[in-house]
Amino acid sequence: QKVSVEVLDHLEHLALVDFRDSEGVERLQKAIEFADQLHEVNTDGVEPMDSVLEDRCLYLREDDVTEGNCTKELLENAREKVEEYFVAPPGNIPLPKMDEQETFLKGS
Amino acid sequence: AALKGGLRSQVSAALKEGRVTPTELCQRCLALIKSTKFLNAYITVAEETSLKQAEESEERYKRGQPLGILDGIPIAVKDNFNTAGIETTCASNMLKGYISPYNATVVQKLLDQGAVLLGKTNLDEFAMGSGSTDGVFGPVRNPWSYSRQYKEKSIPKSHSEGEELNWVITGGSSGGSAAAVSSFTCFAALGSDTGGSTRNPAAHCGVVGLKPTYGLISRHGLIPLVNSMDVPGILTRCVDDAAVLLGSLAGHDPKDSTTIQDDFKPFELPNLTDVSKLSIGIPKEYHAPGLSSEILALWSKAADLFKNAGAKVVEVSLPHTRYSIVCYHVLCTAEVASNMARFDGLEYGHRSDRTESTESMYAATRREGFNDVVRGRILSGNYFLLKQNYEKYFVKAQKVRRLIANDFVEVFRSGVDVLLTPTTLSDAAPYTEFIQEDNRTRSAQDDILTQAANMAGLPAINVPTALSERGLPVGLQFIGRSFQEKQLLTVAKWFEKQVQFPMIQLEEVKRHDSGVFQHQKSASFS
Repeated sequence: QKVSVEVLDHLEHLALVDFRDSEGVERLQKAIEFADQLHEVNTDGVEPMDSVLEDRCLYLREDDVTEGNCTKELLENAREKVEEYFVAPPGNIPLPKMDEQETFLKGS
Repeated sequence: AALKGGLRSQVSAALKEGRVTPTELCQRCLALIKSTKFLNAYITVAEETSLKQAEESEERYKRGQPLGILDGIPIAVKDNFNTAGIETTCASNMLKGYISPYNATVVQKLLDQGAVLLGKTNLDEFAMGSGSTDGVFGPVRNPWSYSRQYKEKSIPKSHSEGEELNWVITGGSSGGSAAAVSSFTCFAALGSDTGGSTRNPAAHCGVVGLKPTYGLISRHGLIPLVNSMDVPGILTRCVDDAAVLLGSLAGHDPKDSTTIQDDFKPFELPNLTDVSKLSIGIPKEYHAPGLSSEILALWSKAADLFKNAGAKVVEVSLPHTRYSIVCYHVLCTAEVASNMARFDGLEYGHRSDRTESTESMYAATRREGFNDVVRGRILSGNYFLLKQNYEKYFVKAQKVRRLIANDFVEVFRSGVDVLLTPTTLSDAAPYTEFIQEDNRTRSAQDDILTQAANMAGLPAINVPTALSERGLPVGLQFIGRSFQEKQLLTVAKWFEKQVQFPMIQLEEVKRHDSGVFQHQKSASFS
């Protein structure tokens, strides 16, 4: 089945990346078809595998501060900053909904 | 001529005895990089710092106190490893101009041993791809395109036209590193391997490409693609050199909690003469659709080689092989969706000019900074991670991953020491042909033989084996048991000695560059 426009819109909001054109949507469709092959495999009773190192204990170090104090270096790569702050435009303003947008999906 | 030999056996000796100095080596490599610029293997050349490192190395040799075999050795690093003070771009607009404040652990280790960092090599954008054709700095050209061996076999076209149209890809995504090693501009290079990204270009460029066991070498500072599969890769001209590099890079890193804590002891490879105790497995599923008859024959010949030398050669089965690439597709895009979320323009990298809201700034930044391949994977990944799809796709893929890993466990449990498979389906394709298909299709095709080793976290190595009918390199792959790199490399070294892969004979290249002839000197050191 084709992916609904609602889901496409939802994906664009989640990913903060747009499909740009019909080719982008096609690409997703093909990716899903490709992934559907997974359902040919019988995985009854099989546990999902998170890591190939699952049989080992994760390394935990002592909770001591061993490095840091590199504010200056870290700020150097940011374009917009004020004193020791990264500056962002106002937040909590959701991207326009599909019918308010100019993006390609509006035409679907 | 000694410089074409191994690091341990020849180059190190030459440096110690003063027959060549680190600055000479560095200068020669830098000059060669300039004259092979048309390969587009390097994104950044760190001329000043490398010469300084070479001078410091020279001082140490003068005092008779070199830090080790790697002291003074010019190396190149794939541009997805952070290098302090040197631009790290991942061949993406997103990180153009990004100067890392720190060195990746593997880079730091190399520098601590006195290695000379020549520069950062080209790749597919964010290591997504199997051709090294999709980065913003353009595609990398396979040095073998300019070899006598390839030219002799090409259908003659008009001179310059032929060269321009016929050049072949390096494979990817560590194509720049492979090309750099193959064209003698460095003695070793770092790549990364998530689905075959070190072994694939190694096969196409006729060099050794080692993918170590997941957890052996630190990923700290390697810009992540798939955290559960990424490993730093090693590209060298011979198996012994790969062992040298491995020795200096492996081991627990407190900054990477996915590195194992076991003690790692660097090793020298023995010269195996008796293979009668070896059991080589030939997985029948690796006779994949699309495998060229040439490579099939070579694979068969290699199996016979082992058999005739007394080794036990058995056909084995890895039944879930054909699902490996599908499984990878889902897990990779899912992890990518997560990993690429860090690129929002706030702390580093490209930032869009949009100011209406954080969200619109993020969206525009990512739209402007990522290419289609990256954006496509992010969107697919997010799809598979949607609540309604999570069980169906992501968890399902994780279950299939376990089945794939178990296939290998079973085979190794049955007594097989090392698996022998092809690395690629064919020799390197001409660029014009390669770009006819899109990135995802290509990756799905090309990763088929290399991908499963990443799924299971196993060590694997490409050994250049022979030249194809077109005069291009073909390699074969050995896959070993977890953390048994010594055994894997010992077998690989024996095989390397048997096949005597020919050295590339780079020809003079005449290029028309805005009407001016540029003669490129032949690349052999003597």
